[in-house]
Amino acid sequence: MIELFGIGVSLQPLWLTLKVAALTTLILLLLGTPLAWWLARMQSSFKIVLEALVALPLVLPPTVLGFYLLIALNPDGPLTQALRLFGFEGQLTFSLTGLVIGSVFYSLPFAVQPLMHAFEALPTRLLDAAATLRAGVLDRFFTVVLPLARRGFLVAMTLTFAHTVGEFGVVLMVGGNIPDATRMVSIAIFDHVESLEYAEAHLLSGMMLVFSVVVLTLVYGLNRRFAVKVG
Amino acid sequence: MLKGHLTLRQGRFLLDAGPFEIDTRGVTVLFGRSGSGKSTLLRAITGLDRHARGQLEFHGERWQDGAWQLPTQRRDIGFVFQDAALFPHLSVRGNLDYALRRAPLSPIPPGGGGAGGEGGRRALPFDLVTLAARVGIADKLDRDVLSLSGGERQRVAIARALLSRPRLLCMDEPLSALDWRAKAELLRLIDELAREVGVPILYITHAPIEVERLADRVVFMADGRIEHIETLREALARPDSPLFDEEGPVSVLEGETGATDEDGLTPFGNDRVRLRLTGGCARGSRATRLRILARDVSLSLDDPARISILNHLPVTVERIDPEHEGRVTVACRLADGQLLLAEITAYSLRRLGLHAGAAAYALIKSVVLMD
Amino acid sequence: MRSIVFFFLVMLTGAARADTLTAAVAANFTKTAEEVGAAFRAKTGHEVRFAFGPSGKLYAQITHGAPFDLFFSADTEKPEALVKEGRVKDGSYFVYARGVLALYSPTLPVKDDYRAVLEKGGFRHMAIANPKTAPYGTAAEQVLVAMGLHDALKPRLVFGESIAPTFQYVQTGNAQLGFVALSQLVDPQSPAHGKGEYWLPPQAMYAPIDQAAVILKRAENNPVAQAFMDFLRSDEGRKVIENYGYSIP
Repeated sequence: MIELFGIGVSLQPLWLTLKVAALTTLILLLLGTPLAWWLARMQSSFKIVLEALVALPLVLPPTVLGFYLLIALNPDGPLTQALRLFGFEGQLTFSLTGLVIGSVFYSLPFAVQPLMHAFEALPTRLLDAAATLRAGVLDRFFTVVLPLARRGFLVAMTLTFAHTVGEFGVVLMVGGNIPDATRMVSIAIFDHVESLEYAEAHLLSGMMLVFSVVVLTLVYGLNRRFAVKVG
Repeated sequence: MLKGHLTLRQGRFLLDAGPFEIDTRGVTVLFGRSGSGKSTLLRAITGLDRHARGQLEFHGERWQDGAWQLPTQRRDIGFVFQDAALFPHLSVRGNLDYALRRAPLSPIPPGGGGAGGEGGRRALPFDLVTLAARVGIADKLDRDVLSLSGGERQRVAIARALLSRPRLLCMDEPLSALDWRAKAELLRLIDELAREVGVPILYITHAPIEVERLADRVVFMADGRIEHIETLREALARPDSPLFDEEGPVSVLEGETGATDEDGLTPFGNDRVRLRLTGGCARGSRATRLRILARDVSLSLDDPARISILNHLPVTVERIDPEHEGRVTVACRLADGQLLLAEITAYSLRRLGLHAGAAAYALIKSVVLMD
Repeated sequence: MRSIVFFFLVMLTGAARADTLTAAVAANFTKTAEEVGAAFRAKTGHEVRFAFGPSGKLYAQITHGAPFDLFFSADTEKPEALVKEGRVKDGSYFVYARGVLALYSPTLPVKDDYRAVLEKGGFRHMAIANPKTAPYGTAAEQVLVAMGLHDALKPRLVFGESIAPTFQYVQTGNAQLGFVALSQLVDPQSPAHGKGEYWLPPQAMYAPIDQAAVILKRAENNPVAQAFMDFLRSDEGRKVIENYGYSIP
């Protein structure tokens, strides 16, 4: 709890949101990159079905997605039971883990689609050329794919991060709105508005806004500097 | 030695090459129309297509066995693509460094023990800067590759491929995207480098002139199959050679150019066959191949003295090919044993009474130095 | 072209038929309203169309000119506000149902041993509606305070934004028990119907969860609107409402 401009607000939702967004971005980068690569290089007609599946979170209302996550992640569900075998004792829903899992699903298309398009735009010949110059698979990824698909990665990261920061329906369902534990900033703002605490809502919104503008400016600025250096 | 049997299906197209055995010394040209499967075969040989099946060995080293493939990056090959395929995020120097940093440090004897060091990796006689100067891009090292002309890009691509010290250099129509001047300059560069560096080259083209200029050996392809593997000399000796499809029969004479004399003529040939060439193109050239269209060669029973044609060579008629639309191609043996084709009318053939074994003079109206 | 114009004319005149009422109804009352509507139609031949949604949203739509004739809120504040703003027919305000709070668990014996269950705390999470935004949440908090268990149970509480997600938390097993609406348990189509146990805290432990309705100004002189409200207050209407787990004050 801090006091700013004479208004007392808890900053906990802010930190939680940043933590969830950062973790989600990291996880989606690790999972989304191979998935997007696989989809981009896939030639079978099954690809369309998989692309549609990846895009599903765009179509499903967040509360619906949240409801299905409640079913999938419940303490007696197969996922939690499987984790019990590895000594997991907690509960997936109403926890940071649940928030991150929910956000990963919800933001999946925002990470996979830009990456997929970047990979599709990558000329295969350049990878062939690297292979004929004795570059192995990982070598090719880091020295050819990564620098050439850099914009795709940047878009994927910023969209994922921003989308997670702004999400509401899924985290509300999966998180359970527990103060100081799973109450993300979007929920906190919503609750303030619903309780007619407009000053608190404005303050939190303002901080979120300033933070987002600063981060996005930094990222795009870095991108430009890097681009100039290469070009 | 490249030995194997490869198949590769791409939609409705089926490559079914082999069993084949290609002596890779010098320059081997894969020749065929577009769609004949030459690029597909090259992708199968280099391991760039995962769907290739069959057997492949390079100097006893297994490259393909059924569906198993030795990854491209472990095949010790270099590749020059049609469009150069330079890395756009790296400078010219960056592209060359990419190859250099991944190249083996010292010459290694061939793993499978190819005969007489053939197929083994040789020490590259160049470092990065020297090679850049040799291919003519010394002043472009710090340039962005996107700012280069088509010819310059191919020069960088060739240097990049050589810097990775390949045991086999593959080139897929490296000149097809260039204008005629850049084509001529690069053709000369490739010809010279092939000899200087000594790395075996597999070269794809559908242009007969590139075959005649570069090839030691030609692999003819059509409809996804290898039709013939023969030396350039053999390929030019048969009347139905696919090389003749566009301009009719062609002869390629090998020899050396000498010093230009006081008449402004440049001698070409050897001690038994001697031609004299006019014009600035011959001056100062070190060309070793001369291209003569059969339709530019006439035959005479005696050596005409009062005639403007400069080059008269005594020949022996070796073979007369069947008449086609009133014309015949006569294969003549020169004094040094090289073959010269003359295309004359069937009427003239009968009037002169030419037959295999007959002596005659070949009058050569025009030649092209392959320079 | 002409047929299209004709089609739209039919649509417009059809939509403006005077004996069709449109009622804005709080989402939790959906099934009850449909059943009352069907009974009303069978009796009078008049059609009532329902627009379901969260009360807050419906209230906002009404104040922005949405063409509703009746408004059934999930609370009393919003109809009261409409009365103050002069948007309703005089004297039409009435409480049509009172929500009944239920402590529900699919697995724990809350019917008789509710106190022991709550005190022993053999559960990880307990779901209640958000007291800040939902009347059932406020009621649940009051019950916990009255039992002297609020502070002890606070760390285990998870909050549904309304009574619907609160029920889903319990029903899917993510929370082992929770305070839900009786109407969510007695509906024969509810996934909780006949499954688990519930306890009804005495009404004295929490402020009434009253749901009020009004006839909106545009239906002021519509006799069918008044007839539907009267039907709701008749024995037949009350019986349907009570069957769905509400009490009537």
